Amino acid sequence: MHYLEELKQKIKDRLPELDVVIGWEQGFDPLRATPLFMKTPEDVDRLIAGPLCVHNLATHLTGLKGRKVGIIVKGCDSRTVVELLQEKLIDRGDVVVFGIPCSGVVSVRKIGRELGTLDYVESVDLSGDTVKVTSEGMEHSFALADVAADKCGRCQYRSPLLSDVMVGEIPDESATDDYSDVAEFEKLSLEERRGHWLNAMDRCVRCYACRNACPMCVCRDHCVAQSRDPHWMTQEDTVQNKLLFQIIHTMHLAGRCTECGECERSCPMSIPLLLLRRKMNKEINDLFDYRAGTCVDDIPPLQSFKIEEENITERGW
Amino acid sequence: MSADATELRIVGFLCNWCSYGGADTAGVGRFQQPTDLRIIRVPCSGRIDPLFVVKSLIEGADGVLVSGCHPRDCHYSEGNYYARRRLEVLKRFLPILGIDPRRFEYTWVSASEGQKWKTVVSKFTEHIHELGPAPRLDSEACAQAAAIALQGL
Repeated sequence: MHYLEELKQKIKDRLPELDVVIGWEQGFDPLRATPLFMKTPEDVDRLIAGPLCVHNLATHLTGLKGRKVGIIVKGCDSRTVVELLQEKLIDRGDVVVFGIPCSGVVSVRKIGRELGTLDYVESVDLSGDTVKVTSEGMEHSFALADVAADKCGRCQYRSPLLSDVMVGEIPDESATDDYSDVAEFEKLSLEERRGHWLNAMDRCVRCYACRNACPMCVCRDHCVAQSRDPHWMTQEDTVQNKLLFQIIHTMHLAGRCTECGECERSCPMSIPLLLLRRKMNKEINDLFDYRAGTCVDDIPPLQSFKIEEENITERGW
Repeated sequence: MSADATELRIVGFLCNWCSYGGADTAGVGRFQQPTDLRIIRVPCSGRIDPLFVVKSLIEGADGVLVSGCHPRDCHYSEGNYYARRRLEVLKRFLPILGIDPRRFEYTWVSASEGQKWKTVVSKFTEHIHELGPAPRLDSEACAQAAAIALQGL
């Protein structure tokens, strides 16, 4: 990426005043990036940026509260930072946001589905809009749009909404999001929907990766999934319990979820978790005309009220 | 309500200051009411975590009724305003899970409205009886869902 050198230089310039800067580096194979915590200029040299940098790094911000942190954000990640600031979970003065433009990130799962296996990925070549993956001696070529994460196809925030330091050119194209995937799912009958979730939740292994990856899950040691007082969840692996946990997760994110998709990406059982979050966001949007993480001064809708609600009709009997 | 119909499990979360009083007024007034509702008294409708409702529905309640003070009448000034937003969001969220949103209802009844309480309970119970017992969400239902999914392949 042509802005990478500029980004590295800007991080090195700011590094002396910061405890750590969070970015991405090459993971265990060429296809996968992993979070990088930069403390010295040598660390900065390992930085990479581009369509393989999938992680929403804002997940680490609340854990580093009280320290001076730099963070690299794509457009979608910036919404999370805004939402965290809105809820005063992080301090604006402690965070330096390095913004990069983004034209989509790859979904490793989609590539894996095309290739059949991701055990031996020898090299990945990214040029323009194509992704070339060499695996077990075979070269496969994909259009970035075909293997991009679902969220990228409806992305309206290709450049960060909030940044202290911005590199790269701002792409002007932006998609629309009409929640058609939610509408499509809702065409199914109640029984089919119920069956779909029972089936999906039956796979759940309760690893809580969805919770741990979620940047807005901030209860930490007090998470209802493990708390015994109140004892919301049992340790049984019944499908009710697992479904209940996902509903709790969704309810706790109502009006706060920025749809970064980390829950779904981190799920080892490929449970379509984002659909629940998106349904919730669709309703929040319809009721309160609100999208999480778009304006630092907004108050999340469930933390406020209006005496006369515009879109809630009084219940008559 | 006919006397011979089997009772269903309906959970009612009532606020201490208005709706519980309203239900009491209905009782003192000796109004005929269906007996399916199990009342849980909470200090305020703002105390009702939407998860109370979800947990009830998932663990086998056939219907859930939440009732609080009318907006502007809250004992704690603004509890029911927050409740109104949360409960409305919850009601709109239920369909995607395959839970019939008609199984959950929220309303406002004041302490003096014994007659209204009677109407609310009777109507809601009637609705739930029309819908019948709620489909179970246990492992058996899960196996059935898996079998249906396999047939579709």
